[in-house]
Amino acid sequence: MSSRIDVSIEHRNVPEPPGKKHPNTCPACDSHYRDDELEAALWVCPHCGHHFTMRARTRIASLADEGSFSEEAADLRSEDPLDFFDLRPYTERLAEAEMKTGLGEAMVIGQAAIDGNGCELAVMDFSFMGGSMGSVVGEKFSRACDSAAQRGVPLVSITASGGARMQEGILSLMQLPKTVCAVEDLHDAGQPMISVMTHPTTAGVLASFASLGDVIVAEPGALLAFTGPRVVQQTTREKLPEDFGLAEQNLRFGHIDAIVPRPELRAYVTRLLRLFGPNGD
Amino acid sequence: MATDHELRLRERLTRLRGLNLLGGTRLSAELEKLQRQLERIQAAPTDEEIWRSVELARHQDRPYTLDYVERLFEDWVELHGDRGRADDAAVVVGIGRFEGRTVALIGNQKGRDIKERTKRNFGMAYPEGYRKAMRLMELAERHGFPLLSLVDIPGAYPGVAAEQHGQGGAIARSQALMSRLGVPIVTCVIGEGGSGGAIATALADRVLMQANSIYTVISPEGCAAILWRDAAEAKKAAAAFKPDAVHCLELGVIDSIVPEPEGGAHTDPDEAARLLGEALRDALDELEPIPADELKRTRRAKFRSLGVYA
Ligand SMILES: [Zn+2]
Repeated sequence: MSSRIDVSIEHRNVPEPPGKKHPNTCPACDSHYRDDELEAALWVCPHCGHHFTMRARTRIASLADEGSFSEEAADLRSEDPLDFFDLRPYTERLAEAEMKTGLGEAMVIGQAAIDGNGCELAVMDFSFMGGSMGSVVGEKFSRACDSAAQRGVPLVSITASGGARMQEGILSLMQLPKTVCAVEDLHDAGQPMISVMTHPTTAGVLASFASLGDVIVAEPGALLAFTGPRVVQQTTREKLPEDFGLAEQNLRFGHIDAIVPRPELRAYVTRLLRLFGPNGD
Repeated sequence: MATDHELRLRERLTRLRGLNLLGGTRLSAELEKLQRQLERIQAAPTDEEIWRSVELARHQDRPYTLDYVERLFEDWVELHGDRGRADDAAVVVGIGRFEGRTVALIGNQKGRDIKERTKRNFGMAYPEGYRKAMRLMELAERHGFPLLSLVDIPGAYPGVAAEQHGQGGAIARSQALMSRLGVPIVTCVIGEGGSGGAIATALADRVLMQANSIYTVISPEGCAAILWRDAAEAKKAAAAFKPDAVHCLELGVIDSIVPEPEGGAHTDPDEAARLLGEALRDALDELEPIPADELKRTRRAKFRSLGVYA
């Protein structure tokens, strides 16, 4: 019966792809947009408010003061400790992800200012292997905590992840305690972490650093679940509530502090950074 | 018999050797690395041995937490409930005398017969189970009791109520609490170390594995279903992600391997308990003289160093 359960994985918690729709077609209302239209609207559907997936660099540009972002640990790359090979070698999947996304890994970290408030940013990108967490994501997050602690600024974490990076085996599971310890060290240094969960934040990332924010907020409609709806349905044959695992359900059950629509996020985070900052600033 | 993995390595090695070393040092470093990998896998468990570990770790007669408690502890008092809303029977907690000292214990517990299996939810914890464990951690900290945790869980329970009660957050906070404790913590994986459900109670100063236990980020069946699109390829998946104790030790994920009786722990539970007891005692003896602050610092540093990257 142990074959029934499983949890922290790359693809499984991710919602069904919306048919064969064009990525710029809104899955909720079918409106279609050009890149520049969505860009201008922060990738939120102007018609119905659906939040499209936002790439890490676009997210950073939408939050950080212009010219303030200074990336750290950009050259970290995954190794292949298990020489992992399923239908294709892991190294090939990594190379392909890098080509496709222009990113070295599923997380970008660096120093930034938001409306003049210094902070450290750790932003995930779902386009890189489903935002899965392997050794590099863990190490980057860990370094972001240290950078924030050293400079005496808060950490703002923005997650989008299907879970652990299976291809790194047990080492990917070890990124859970690793990132947890990093947050604890940050807290011991007296700095807060603001956790922004975006669609989807699931499995290993939800079961580690993302849930340890002093303040946790989510984007509307984001799936925040340890085990996603499909697996829960398949395993338990339970009837799922309409909003199973969504941000709205999580708010109702007391797991997050607020749901903040993307256009309001910058102002919301700014207010928190001021409140956590030194008095009189 | 050579594994697929070994054959692939050999193939790459031959191909690299065939090139005139145009890449200079970089290429020869690559050659050396492959050669080393090849030597290592020849010494490591074969695909068959890995699968045998998976089967033994899940064996229906394998000793569970309470089987060890009964053989290793005196004056055991089991405690119940998370002080919030439930008593999760998939997680057993309590205090007892172990080798002359009072210790706090957290253990996953599967059931023996169908009635008990149902009661214990096949060993799969709800968030309430992790909150129950956290309550014990706080008790241990308050009274300076060393903390032992025995891990044997297929995975945290994937259900509607489990999600509504905050499965992910509970697993995260249980780890966070362990990283703050000033008492010695020793964990041993005694069967299945299944993913988030296992790591929730495994952030320890010493992490041990019994020789035939497994520690996984995903079950072999789950991995096979995703990557091979066929759960029946579980054996291949296990061979690829290597959940056995020897590989976990090699990757620095565990500190040592606890031997089992020939044929597996279920063939001689008394002997298995004796060997486990020895390992737990040795680990505690080593840790107890270390001051609280240093324990905590070293524990965090150890977990923060895990990972392989370039
Ligand atoms: Zn729309």
